[in-house]
Amino acid sequence: MNPLKRQIVAATMATKEGHIASAFSILDILWVLYNQVIRVNPQNFQSDDRDYFILSKGHGSLALYAVLGERGFFPLSELEQFSTFQSRFGGHPDCNKVPGVEASTGSLGHGLPFGVGVALGMRIRDINRRVFVLVGDAECNEGSIWEAALLAAHHKLANLTCIVDHNHSTDRALGLGILVGKWEAFGWRATTIDGHDHRQIADALKQSAPDRPTVIVAETIKGFGCKQMENNPAWHHRSPTREELPLILEELA
Amino acid sequence: MRKQFVKTVESLMAADSRLVVLLGDISVFGFRNAFQLHPQHIYNIGICEQAMTSMGAGLAKTGLIPVLHSIAPFVVERCFEQIKVDFCYQKLPGNIVSVGASYDYAALGCTHHCPGDVAVLRTLPGMEIVVPGTPAEFDQLFRAAYAGPHPTYFRLSERSNPQAQNVEFGRANVLKQGKLATVIAVGTALPPVLAAVKDLDVTVLYYTTVAPFDGETLKRNSHGGKIVLVEPFYAGTLVADIYAALGTAAVAIQTIGVPHQFLTHYGHAEEHDEAIGLTPDAIRKRVTDFVRSS
Repeated sequence: MNPLKRQIVAATMATKEGHIASAFSILDILWVLYNQVIRVNPQNFQSDDRDYFILSKGHGSLALYAVLGERGFFPLSELEQFSTFQSRFGGHPDCNKVPGVEASTGSLGHGLPFGVGVALGMRIRDINRRVFVLVGDAECNEGSIWEAALLAAHHKLANLTCIVDHNHSTDRALGLGILVGKWEAFGWRATTIDGHDHRQIADALKQSAPDRPTVIVAETIKGFGCKQMENNPAWHHRSPTREELPLILEELA
Repeated sequence: MRKQFVKTVESLMAADSRLVVLLGDISVFGFRNAFQLHPQHIYNIGICEQAMTSMGAGLAKTGLIPVLHSIAPFVVERCFEQIKVDFCYQKLPGNIVSVGASYDYAALGCTHHCPGDVAVLRTLPGMEIVVPGTPAEFDQLFRAAYAGPHPTYFRLSERSNPQAQNVEFGRANVLKQGKLATVIAVGTALPPVLAAVKDLDVTVLYYTTVAPFDGETLKRNSHGGKIVLVEPFYAGTLVADIYAALGTAAVAIQTIGVPHQFLTHYGHAEEHDEAIGLTPDAIRKRVTDFVRSS
Protein backbone atom coordinates (compact mmCIF):
# COMPACT_ATOMS: atom_id res chain seq x y z
CA MET A 1 0.00 0.00 0.00
CA ASN A 2 2.90 2.36 0.63
CA PRO A 3 3.53 3.33 -3.02
CA LEU A 4 -0.12 4.40 -3.28
CA LYS A 5 0.11 6.24 0.01
CA ARG A 6 3.13 8.16 -1.25
CA GLN A 7 1.18 9.07 -4.38
CA ILE A 8 -1.66 10.32 -2.20
CA VAL A 9 0.64 12.46 -0.07
CA ALA A 10 2.40 13.84 -3.15
CA ALA A 11 -0.95 14.67 -4.76
CA THR A 12 -1.77 17.08 -1.97
CA MET A 13 1.33 19.19 -2.50
CA ALA A 14 0.18 21.09 -5.62
CA THR A 15 -2.64 22.96 -3.87
CA LYS A 16 -2.03 21.96 -0.24
CA GLU A 17 -5.49 20.42 -0.34
CA GLY A 18 -6.70 16.96 0.63
CA HIS A 19 -7.98 14.62 3.32
CA ILE A 20 -4.94 12.30 3.55
CA ALA A 21 -5.84 10.62 6.85
CA SER A 22 -9.37 9.82 5.65
CA ALA A 23 -7.90 8.27 2.51
CA PHE A 24 -5.45 6.14 4.50
CA SER A 25 -8.35 4.95 6.65
CA ILE A 26 -10.11 3.33 3.65
CA LEU A 27 -7.27 2.57 1.24
CA ASP A 28 -6.92 -1.10 2.20
CA ILE A 29 -10.66 -1.67 1.80
CA LEU A 30 -10.81 -0.03 -1.61
CA TRP A 31 -7.69 -1.78 -2.84
CA VAL A 32 -9.05 -5.22 -1.93
CA LEU A 33 -12.46 -4.33 -3.33
CA TYR A 34 -11.10 -3.25 -6.72
CA ASN A 35 -8.44 -5.95 -6.99
CA GLN A 36 -10.23 -9.00 -5.64
CA VAL A 37 -13.97 -8.49 -5.58
CA ILE A 38 -15.63 -5.95 -7.82
CA ARG A 39 -16.44 -6.81 -11.44
CA VAL A 40 -15.83 -3.70 -13.49
CA ASN A 41 -13.76 -3.27 -16.62
CA PRO A 42 -11.60 -0.12 -16.71
CA GLN A 43 -11.92 -0.11 -20.51
CA ASN A 44 -15.73 -0.38 -20.40
CA PHE A 45 -16.59 1.01 -17.01
CA GLN A 46 -20.15 2.08 -17.92
CA SER A 47 -21.25 -1.37 -18.98
CA ASP A 48 -24.67 -2.40 -17.59
CA ASP A 49 -23.06 -5.63 -16.51
CA ARG A 50 -20.89 -4.23 -13.74
CA ASP A 51 -20.71 -4.05 -9.98
CA TYR A 52 -21.01 -0.56 -8.53
CA PHE A 53 -18.91 1.08 -5.86
CA ILE A 54 -20.13 4.35 -4.34
CA LEU A 55 -17.83 6.33 -2.08
CA SER A 56 -20.44 7.98 0.12
CA LYS A 57 -17.78 9.70 2.24
CA GLY A 58 -16.54 11.69 -0.71
CA HIS A 59 -13.72 13.34 1.22
CA GLY A 60 -11.87 10.02 0.98
CA SER A 61 -11.56 10.70 -2.77
CA LEU A 62 -7.76 10.43 -2.85
CA ALA A 63 -7.92 6.75 -1.92
CA LEU A 64 -10.47 6.08 -4.66
CA TYR A 65 -8.45 7.99 -7.27
CA ALA A 66 -5.28 6.11 -6.30
CA VAL A 67 -6.94 2.70 -6.56
CA LEU A 68 -8.76 3.51 -9.82
CA GLY A 69 -5.57 4.93 -11.31
CA GLU A 70 -3.61 1.85 -10.38
CA ARG A 71 -6.35 -0.32 -11.94
CA GLY A 72 -5.96 1.58 -15.21
CA PHE A 73 -9.07 3.76 -15.30
CA PHE A 74 -6.75 6.73 -16.01
CA PRO A 75 -3.02 7.44 -15.73
CA LEU A 76 -2.07 7.54 -12.07
CA SER A 77 0.36 10.36 -12.83
CA GLU A 78 -2.64 12.68 -13.40
CA LEU A 79 -3.14 12.72 -9.64
CA GLU A 80 -0.31 15.25 -9.43
CA GLN A 81 -2.87 17.80 -10.64
CA PHE A 82 -5.22 17.00 -7.76
CA SER A 83 -7.53 19.93 -6.94
CA THR A 84 -5.85 22.32 -9.37
CA PHE A 85 -8.17 24.53 -11.44
CA GLN A 86 -8.28 22.40 -14.58
CA SER A 87 -7.94 19.01 -12.89
CA ARG A 88 -10.51 16.22 -13.20
CA PHE A 89 -9.69 15.25 -9.64
CA GLY A 90 -11.34 17.38 -6.98
CA GLY A 91 -11.39 17.19 -3.22
CA HIS A 92 -14.69 15.35 -3.65
CA PRO A 93 -15.24 13.09 -6.66
CA ASP A 94 -17.27 14.09 -9.73
CA CYS A 95 -18.79 11.16 -11.62
CA ASN A 96 -19.05 13.24 -14.79
CA LYS A 97 -15.30 13.86 -14.79
CA VAL A 98 -13.46 10.86 -13.37
CA PRO A 99 -13.68 7.50 -15.18
CA GLY A 100 -14.93 4.82 -12.82
CA VAL A 101 -16.40 7.17 -10.22
CA GLU A 102 -20.07 6.22 -9.91
CA ALA A 103 -21.43 9.08 -7.81
CA SER A 104 -20.61 12.71 -7.11
CA THR A 105 -20.43 12.75 -3.37
CA GLY A 106 -19.19 15.13 -0.71
CA SER A 107 -22.31 16.12 1.14
CA LEU A 108 -22.67 13.27 3.60
CA GLY A 109 -25.62 10.93 3.77
CA HIS A 110 -26.33 10.79 0.03
CA GLY A 111 -24.34 7.78 -1.17
CA LEU A 112 -26.13 5.03 0.74
CA PRO A 113 -29.69 5.97 -0.31
CA PHE A 114 -28.34 6.51 -3.85
CA GLY A 115 -26.88 3.00 -3.67
CA VAL A 116 -30.25 1.67 -2.48
CA GLY A 117 -31.73 3.08 -5.70
CA VAL A 118 -28.99 1.53 -7.82
CA ALA A 119 -29.46 -1.85 -6.11
CA LEU A 120 -33.23 -1.71 -6.58
CA GLY A 121 -32.76 -0.62 -10.20
CA MET A 122 -30.50 -3.61 -10.88
CA ARG A 123 -33.09 -5.92 -9.39
CA ILE A 124 -35.89 -4.37 -11.47
CA ARG A 125 -33.74 -4.72 -14.59
CA ASP A 126 -32.84 -8.27 -13.65
CA ILE A 127 -29.11 -7.56 -13.62
CA ASN A 128 -27.36 -9.89 -11.22
CA ARG A 129 -24.62 -7.58 -9.97
CA ARG A 130 -23.66 -6.12 -6.61
CA VAL A 131 -23.58 -2.60 -5.19
CA PHE A 132 -21.00 -1.59 -2.61
CA VAL A 133 -21.24 1.67 -0.66
CA LEU A 134 -18.64 2.95 1.78
CA VAL A 135 -19.82 5.36 4.48
CA GLY A 136 -17.93 7.03 7.29
CA ASP A 137 -18.85 6.46 10.91
CA ALA A 138 -19.47 10.16 11.46
CA GLU A 139 -21.59 10.05 8.31
CA CYS A 140 -23.82 7.67 10.25
CA ASN A 141 -24.94 10.74 12.21
CA GLU A 142 -27.04 11.63 9.16
CA GLY A 143 -30.70 10.62 9.30
CA SER A 144 -30.72 9.75 5.62
CA ILE A 145 -28.30 6.87 6.31
CA TRP A 146 -30.86 5.28 8.61
CA GLU A 147 -33.71 6.01 6.20
CA ALA A 148 -31.68 4.10 3.62
CA ALA A 149 -30.96 1.32 6.12
CA LEU A 150 -34.70 0.85 6.70
CA LEU A 151 -35.43 0.89 2.98
CA ALA A 152 -32.71 -1.57 1.99
CA ALA A 153 -33.83 -4.07 4.63
CA HIS A 154 -37.54 -3.64 3.86
CA HIS A 155 -36.96 -4.26 0.17
CA LYS A 156 -34.58 -7.16 0.90
CA LEU A 157 -31.75 -5.74 -1.20
CA ALA A 158 -29.39 -8.69 -0.91
CA ASN A 159 -27.24 -7.20 -3.70
CA LEU A 160 -26.30 -4.22 -1.50
CA THR A 161 -23.27 -4.16 0.82
CA CYS A 162 -22.45 -1.17 3.00
CA ILE A 163 -19.00 -0.79 4.52
CA VAL A 164 -18.73 1.49 7.53
CA ASP A 165 -15.29 3.05 7.90
CA HIS A 166 -15.32 2.93 11.71
CA ASN A 167 -12.28 5.07 12.49
CA HIS A 168 -14.00 6.67 15.46
CA SER A 169 -13.88 10.18 14.05
CA THR A 170 -17.47 10.55 15.25
CA ASP A 171 -16.59 9.89 18.87
CA ARG A 172 -15.80 13.53 19.69
CA ALA A 173 -19.28 14.56 18.52
CA LEU A 174 -21.90 11.88 18.71
CA GLY A 175 -21.44 8.39 20.07
CA LEU A 176 -22.82 5.60 17.88
CA GLY A 177 -23.05 3.02 20.64
CA ILE A 178 -23.05 -0.56 19.45
CA LEU A 179 -22.85 -0.01 15.71
CA VAL A 180 -23.18 -3.64 14.60
CA GLY A 181 -26.21 -4.07 16.86
CA LYS A 182 -27.86 -1.01 15.35
CA TRP A 183 -27.50 -2.33 11.79
CA GLU A 184 -28.73 -5.76 12.86
CA ALA A 185 -31.74 -4.14 14.50
CA PHE A 186 -32.44 -2.39 11.18
CA GLY A 187 -32.57 -5.82 9.52
CA TRP A 188 -29.10 -6.10 7.99
CA ARG A 189 -26.63 -8.96 8.08
CA ALA A 190 -23.76 -7.38 10.02
CA THR A 191 -20.11 -8.31 10.52
CA THR A 192 -17.08 -6.64 12.02
CA ILE A 193 -13.57 -6.85 10.58
CA ASP A 194 -10.15 -5.33 10.89
CA GLY A 195 -10.34 -2.81 8.07
CA HIS A 196 -6.62 -3.03 7.36
CA ASP A 197 -6.37 -6.85 7.16
CA HIS A 198 -6.64 -7.74 3.48
CA ARG A 199 -7.74 -11.33 4.04
CA GLN A 200 -10.53 -10.29 6.42
CA ILE A 201 -11.62 -7.54 4.02
CA ALA A 202 -11.76 -9.91 1.05
CA ASP A 203 -13.63 -12.61 2.96
CA ALA A 204 -16.20 -10.15 4.25
CA LEU A 205 -16.74 -8.47 0.86
CA LYS A 206 -17.31 -11.81 -0.86
CA GLN A 207 -20.08 -12.86 1.50
CA SER A 208 -23.71 -11.83 1.38
CA ALA A 209 -27.08 -13.05 2.62
CA PRO A 210 -29.83 -14.21 0.24
CA ASP A 211 -32.60 -12.12 1.73
CA ARG A 212 -31.14 -8.95 3.21
CA PRO A 213 -28.40 -6.38 2.73
CA THR A 214 -25.01 -6.77 4.35
CA VAL A 215 -23.05 -4.28 6.41
CA ILE A 216 -19.37 -4.63 7.20
CA VAL A 217 -18.26 -2.53 10.13
CA ALA A 218 -14.57 -2.10 9.38
CA GLU A 219 -12.48 -1.10 12.38
CA THR A 220 -9.97 1.31 10.93
CA ILE A 221 -7.36 3.82 11.99
CA LYS A 222 -7.58 7.27 10.50
CA GLY A 223 -4.21 8.05 8.94
CA PHE A 224 -3.22 4.36 9.07
CA GLY A 225 0.45 3.74 8.33
CA CYS A 226 1.77 7.20 9.18
CA LYS A 227 2.40 7.57 12.88
CA GLN A 228 2.03 11.33 13.17
CA MET A 229 -1.29 11.24 11.31
CA GLU A 230 -2.84 8.26 13.06
CA ASN A 231 -5.88 9.33 15.08
CA ASN A 232 -4.60 12.89 15.06
CA PRO A 233 -7.46 15.34 14.42
CA ALA A 234 -4.98 17.97 13.23
CA TRP A 235 -4.47 15.82 10.12
CA HIS A 236 -8.15 15.59 9.14
CA HIS A 237 -7.79 18.14 6.37
CA ARG A 238 -4.26 19.33 5.68
CA SER A 239 -1.17 18.52 3.66
CA PRO A 240 2.44 18.22 4.85
CA THR A 241 4.72 21.21 5.19
CA ARG A 242 7.94 21.21 3.19
CA GLU A 243 9.76 20.05 6.35
CA GLU A 244 7.29 17.24 7.12
CA LEU A 245 7.13 15.85 3.58
CA PRO A 246 10.49 13.98 3.43
CA LEU A 247 9.89 12.43 6.85
CA ILE A 248 6.43 11.21 5.86
CA LEU A 249 7.65 9.84 2.52
CA GLU A 250 10.49 8.07 4.33
CA GLU A 251 8.04 6.45 6.76
CA LEU A 252 5.99 5.30 3.77
CA ALA A 253 9.04 4.00 1.88
CA MET B 1 -54.83 17.11 -11.50
CA ARG B 2 -53.85 14.40 -9.06
CA LYS B 3 -56.30 11.96 -10.67
CA GLN B 4 -54.89 12.82 -14.08
CA PHE B 5 -51.37 12.26 -12.75
CA VAL B 6 -52.37 8.72 -11.80
CA LYS B 7 -54.11 8.17 -15.14
CA THR B 8 -51.22 9.49 -17.21
CA VAL B 9 -48.55 7.59 -15.31
CA GLU B 10 -50.53 4.35 -15.31
CA SER B 11 -51.06 4.62 -19.02
CA LEU B 12 -47.34 5.26 -19.62
CA MET B 13 -46.32 2.41 -17.29
CA ALA B 14 -48.17 -0.01 -19.54
CA ALA B 15 -46.00 1.03 -22.47
CA ASP B 16 -42.68 2.06 -20.94
CA SER B 17 -41.01 -0.45 -18.63
CA ARG B 18 -38.39 2.11 -17.60
CA LEU B 19 -40.85 3.96 -15.34
CA VAL B 20 -40.53 3.44 -11.59
CA VAL B 21 -42.87 5.34 -9.23
CA LEU B 22 -41.82 6.14 -5.67
CA LEU B 23 -44.56 7.48 -3.40
CA GLY B 24 -43.89 9.23 -0.10
CA ASP B 25 -46.96 7.56 1.43
CA ILE B 26 -49.17 9.91 -0.63
CA SER B 27 -51.65 8.98 -3.42
CA VAL B 28 -51.13 5.30 -2.60
CA PHE B 29 -54.83 4.43 -2.88
CA GLY B 30 -55.02 6.33 -6.16
CA PHE B 31 -52.30 4.16 -7.64
CA ARG B 32 -53.90 0.88 -6.48
CA ASN B 33 -54.20 -0.43 -10.05
CA ALA B 34 -50.52 0.20 -10.73
CA PHE B 35 -49.59 -1.69 -7.57
CA GLN B 36 -51.60 -4.64 -8.90
CA LEU B 37 -50.34 -4.48 -12.47
CA HIS B 38 -46.71 -3.39 -12.05
CA PRO B 39 -45.55 -4.36 -8.55
CA GLN B 40 -41.88 -4.16 -9.56
CA HIS B 41 -42.33 -0.61 -10.81
CA ILE B 42 -44.16 1.19 -7.99
CA TYR B 43 -43.25 1.48 -4.30
CA ASN B 44 -44.74 3.18 -1.30
CA ILE B 45 -41.42 4.32 0.13
CA GLY B 46 -42.83 5.64 3.37
CA ILE B 47 -42.14 8.99 4.97
CA CYS B 48 -38.46 9.47 4.21
CA GLU B 49 -38.29 11.98 1.39
CA GLN B 50 -34.53 12.53 1.55
CA ALA B 51 -33.71 8.87 0.97
CA MET B 52 -36.54 8.61 -1.56
CA THR B 53 -34.96 11.38 -3.62
CA SER B 54 -31.44 9.92 -3.55
CA MET B 55 -32.93 6.53 -4.30
CA GLY B 56 -34.73 7.96 -7.32
CA ALA B 57 -31.43 9.29 -8.62
CA GLY B 58 -29.91 5.83 -8.07
CA LEU B 59 -32.70 4.29 -10.17
CA ALA B 60 -31.95 6.85 -12.90
CA LYS B 61 -28.30 5.83 -12.74
CA THR B 62 -29.33 2.34 -13.87
CA GLY B 63 -31.29 3.68 -16.84
CA LEU B 64 -34.76 3.68 -15.27
CA ILE B 65 -37.06 6.73 -15.17
CA PRO B 66 -38.06 7.62 -11.61
CA VAL B 67 -41.25 9.47 -10.69
CA LEU B 68 -41.11 10.80 -7.13
CA HIS B 69 -44.29 12.03 -5.50
CA SER B 70 -45.37 13.67 -2.28
CA ILE B 71 -46.81 16.92 -0.96
CA ALA B 72 -44.87 19.95 -2.23
CA PRO B 73 -42.96 21.05 0.90
CA PHE B 74 -41.80 17.51 1.60
CA VAL B 75 -40.77 16.54 -1.91
CA VAL B 76 -39.03 19.87 -2.61
CA GLU B 77 -37.92 21.80 0.43
CA ARG B 78 -37.14 18.92 2.76
CA CYS B 79 -34.91 17.20 0.22
CA PHE B 80 -33.64 20.22 -1.69
CA GLU B 81 -30.01 19.15 -1.36
CA GLN B 82 -30.76 15.66 -2.64
CA ILE B 83 -32.38 17.21 -5.72
CA LYS B 84 -29.42 19.55 -6.12
CA VAL B 85 -26.61 17.02 -5.74
CA ASP B 86 -28.06 13.66 -6.71
CA PHE B 87 -30.09 14.80 -9.71
CA CYS B 88 -28.84 18.19 -10.92
CA TYR B 89 -25.10 18.04 -10.16
CA GLN B 90 -24.86 14.44 -11.30
CA LYS B 91 -26.89 15.29 -14.44
CA LEU B 92 -29.36 12.47 -13.86
CA PRO B 93 -32.90 12.67 -15.24
CA GLY B 94 -36.10 12.07 -13.31
CA ASN B 95 -39.49 13.44 -12.43
CA ILE B 96 -40.63 15.05 -9.21
CA VAL B 97 -44.38 15.47 -9.01
CA SER B 98 -45.79 17.43 -6.11
CA VAL B 99 -49.34 17.95 -5.01
CA GLY B 100 -50.72 20.79 -2.90
CA ALA B 101 -49.53 23.97 -4.61
CA SER B 102 -48.83 27.10 -2.52
CA TYR B 103 -51.77 27.28 -0.06
CA ASP B 104 -54.05 24.62 -1.59
CA TYR B 105 -54.07 23.01 1.86
CA ALA B 106 -54.93 26.29 3.57
CA ALA B 107 -56.66 24.68 6.51
CA LEU B 108 -53.64 22.49 7.30
CA GLY B 109 -51.45 25.49 8.05
CA CYS B 110 -48.06 26.73 6.95
CA THR B 111 -46.22 23.41 7.35
CA HIS B 112 -48.25 22.23 4.37
CA HIS B 113 -47.95 25.41 2.29
CA CYS B 114 -45.30 25.71 -0.39
CA PRO B 115 -45.27 29.01 -2.28
CA GLY B 116 -41.45 28.86 -2.40
CA ASP B 117 -40.96 25.67 -4.42
CA VAL B 118 -40.45 27.30 -7.80
CA ALA B 119 -38.16 29.96 -6.35
CA VAL B 120 -35.83 27.44 -4.74
CA LEU B 121 -35.82 24.99 -7.64
CA ARG B 122 -35.07 27.84 -10.06
CA THR B 123 -31.66 28.13 -8.40
CA LEU B 124 -30.66 24.66 -9.59
CA PRO B 125 -28.83 24.50 -12.93
CA GLY B 126 -30.49 22.01 -15.29
CA MET B 127 -33.75 21.79 -13.35
CA GLU B 128 -36.93 21.96 -15.43
CA ILE B 129 -40.08 23.34 -13.83
CA VAL B 130 -43.59 22.73 -15.13
CA VAL B 131 -46.72 24.42 -13.75
CA PRO B 132 -49.77 22.98 -15.49
CA GLY B 133 -53.13 24.72 -15.15
CA THR B 134 -55.41 21.78 -15.90
CA PRO B 135 -55.34 17.96 -15.91
CA ALA B 136 -55.21 17.88 -19.72
CA GLU B 137 -52.26 20.27 -19.71
CA PHE B 138 -50.47 18.08 -17.19
CA ASP B 139 -51.02 15.09 -19.44
CA GLN B 140 -49.57 16.88 -22.47
CA LEU B 141 -46.59 18.27 -20.57
CA PHE B 142 -45.73 15.09 -18.68
CA ARG B 143 -45.81 12.96 -21.81
CA ALA B 144 -43.54 15.46 -23.53
CA ALA B 145 -40.96 15.76 -20.76
CA TYR B 146 -40.94 12.68 -18.54
CA ALA B 147 -38.28 10.79 -20.48
CA GLY B 148 -36.11 13.83 -21.22
CA PRO B 149 -32.47 14.25 -20.19
CA HIS B 150 -33.08 16.62 -17.24
CA PRO B 151 -34.75 16.38 -13.85
CA THR B 152 -38.24 17.87 -14.18
CA TYR B 153 -40.53 19.22 -11.48
CA PHE B 154 -44.28 19.06 -12.08
CA ARG B 155 -46.21 21.33 -9.73
CA LEU B 156 -49.73 19.96 -9.34
CA SER B 157 -52.49 21.98 -7.79
CA GLU B 158 -55.68 20.72 -6.22
CA ARG B 159 -57.32 23.51 -8.24
CA SER B 160 -57.73 23.59 -11.97
CA ASN B 161 -58.40 26.22 -14.62
CA PRO B 162 -61.87 25.88 -16.18
CA GLN B 163 -60.50 25.61 -19.70
CA ALA B 164 -57.38 23.80 -20.92
CA GLN B 165 -55.01 25.41 -23.40
CA ASN B 166 -53.15 23.49 -26.06
CA VAL B 167 -49.76 23.70 -24.37
CA GLU B 168 -46.30 22.68 -25.44
CA PHE B 169 -43.37 21.92 -23.13
CA GLY B 170 -40.96 24.85 -23.02
CA ARG B 171 -43.27 27.19 -24.94
CA ALA B 172 -45.58 29.97 -23.75
CA ASN B 173 -49.03 30.45 -25.28
CA VAL B 174 -50.08 33.85 -26.66
CA LEU B 175 -53.72 34.09 -25.59
CA LYS B 176 -54.42 37.72 -26.41
CA GLN B 177 -52.54 40.55 -28.05
CA GLY B 178 -52.69 44.22 -27.07
CA LYS B 179 -50.58 47.36 -26.89
CA LEU B 180 -50.56 48.72 -23.36
CA ALA B 181 -48.75 45.96 -21.48
CA THR B 182 -47.88 42.28 -21.48
CA VAL B 183 -49.48 40.23 -18.74
CA ILE B 184 -47.77 36.93 -17.95
CA ALA B 185 -50.02 34.38 -16.25
CA VAL B 186 -48.45 31.22 -14.82
CA GLY B 187 -50.42 27.99 -14.39
CA THR B 188 -53.44 28.38 -12.15
CA ALA B 189 -53.08 32.17 -12.07
CA LEU B 190 -54.63 32.29 -15.55
CA PRO B 191 -58.40 32.44 -14.77
CA PRO B 192 -58.32 35.61 -12.63
CA VAL B 193 -55.97 37.22 -15.16
CA LEU B 194 -58.28 36.51 -18.12
CA ALA B 195 -61.25 37.84 -16.17
CA ALA B 196 -59.31 40.90 -15.07
CA VAL B 197 -58.08 42.00 -18.49
CA LYS B 198 -60.82 40.78 -20.83
CA ASP B 199 -61.62 44.30 -22.10
CA LEU B 200 -58.16 45.78 -21.65
CA ASP B 201 -55.80 46.35 -24.59
CA VAL B 202 -53.05 44.10 -23.25
CA THR B 203 -51.17 41.00 -24.36
CA VAL B 204 -51.65 37.86 -22.28
CA LEU B 205 -48.97 35.18 -22.28
CA TYR B 206 -49.64 31.89 -20.54
CA TYR B 207 -46.67 29.97 -19.12
CA THR B 208 -46.89 26.34 -18.07
CA THR B 209 -43.15 25.69 -18.36
CA VAL B 210 -41.16 28.22 -16.33
CA ALA B 211 -37.75 26.55 -16.57
CA PRO B 212 -36.47 26.59 -19.22
CA PHE B 213 -38.14 29.99 -19.56
CA ASP B 214 -39.47 30.85 -23.01
CA GLY B 215 -37.77 34.21 -23.40
CA GLU B 216 -38.33 34.30 -27.17
CA THR B 217 -42.12 34.43 -26.97
CA LEU B 218 -41.88 37.16 -24.36
CA LYS B 219 -39.43 39.11 -26.48
CA ARG B 220 -41.75 39.00 -29.49
CA ASN B 221 -44.74 40.08 -27.38
CA SER B 222 -43.47 42.81 -25.08
CA HIS B 223 -43.80 45.85 -27.31
CA GLY B 224 -44.57 48.38 -24.59
CA GLY B 225 -41.86 47.21 -22.21
CA LYS B 226 -44.47 47.06 -19.45
CA ILE B 227 -44.73 43.58 -17.98
CA VAL B 228 -47.19 42.37 -15.37
CA LEU B 229 -46.10 39.06 -13.91
CA VAL B 230 -48.90 37.11 -12.20
CA GLU B 231 -47.64 34.00 -10.40
CA PRO B 232 -49.49 31.48 -8.21
CA PHE B 233 -46.35 31.25 -6.02
CA TYR B 234 -44.10 33.87 -4.40
CA ALA B 235 -44.48 37.15 -6.29
CA GLY B 236 -41.49 38.02 -8.42
CA THR B 237 -40.06 34.51 -8.69
CA LEU B 238 -39.54 34.84 -12.45
CA VAL B 239 -38.36 38.46 -12.58
CA ALA B 240 -34.78 37.45 -13.32
CA ASP B 241 -35.98 35.39 -16.29
CA ILE B 242 -37.82 38.43 -17.67
CA TYR B 243 -34.72 40.58 -17.34
CA ALA B 244 -32.64 37.85 -18.94
CA ALA B 245 -35.04 37.80 -21.91
CA LEU B 246 -35.54 41.53 -22.34
CA GLY B 247 -32.55 43.20 -20.73
CA THR B 248 -32.96 45.64 -17.88
CA ALA B 249 -32.96 49.00 -19.68
CA ALA B 250 -36.47 49.68 -20.92
CA VAL B 251 -38.54 47.27 -18.88
CA ALA B 252 -40.96 47.98 -16.06
CA ILE B 253 -42.26 44.99 -14.16
CA GLN B 254 -45.26 44.75 -11.86
CA THR B 255 -45.34 41.56 -9.80
CA ILE B 256 -48.52 39.98 -8.49
CA GLY B 257 -48.46 36.74 -6.53
CA VAL B 258 -48.12 35.30 -3.07
CA PRO B 259 -46.54 37.84 -0.67
CA HIS B 260 -43.30 36.85 1.00
CA GLN B 261 -44.75 35.99 4.38
CA PHE B 262 -46.25 33.00 6.19
CA LEU B 263 -49.99 32.86 5.50
CA THR B 264 -51.04 32.03 9.04
CA HIS B 265 -54.81 32.03 8.48
CA TYR B 266 -56.59 28.76 7.72
CA GLY B 267 -59.89 28.42 5.83
CA HIS B 268 -60.06 27.81 2.07
CA ALA B 269 -57.58 28.64 -0.69
CA GLU B 270 -60.14 31.05 -2.21
CA GLU B 271 -60.18 33.07 1.01
CA HIS B 272 -56.41 33.43 0.74
CA ASP B 273 -56.80 34.52 -2.90
CA GLU B 274 -59.04 37.33 -1.63
CA ALA B 275 -56.71 38.25 1.20
CA ILE B 276 -53.59 38.53 -0.96
CA GLY B 277 -55.19 40.02 -4.06
CA LEU B 278 -55.14 37.10 -6.48
CA THR B 279 -58.69 37.87 -7.65
CA PRO B 280 -59.93 39.37 -10.93
CA ASP B 281 -60.86 42.72 -9.33
CA ALA B 282 -57.58 43.12 -7.45
CA ILE B 283 -55.50 42.10 -10.46
CA ARG B 284 -57.50 44.45 -12.73
CA LYS B 285 -56.82 47.38 -10.43
CA ARG B 286 -53.10 46.60 -10.28
CA VAL B 287 -52.91 46.24 -14.08
CA THR B 288 -54.84 49.44 -14.86
CA ASP B 289 -52.89 51.49 -12.30
CA PHE B 290 -49.64 50.15 -13.76
CA VAL B 291 -50.69 50.86 -17.36
CA ARG B 292 -51.65 54.43 -16.44
CA SER B 293 -48.37 55.08 -14.62
CA SER B 294 -45.64 56.57 -16.75
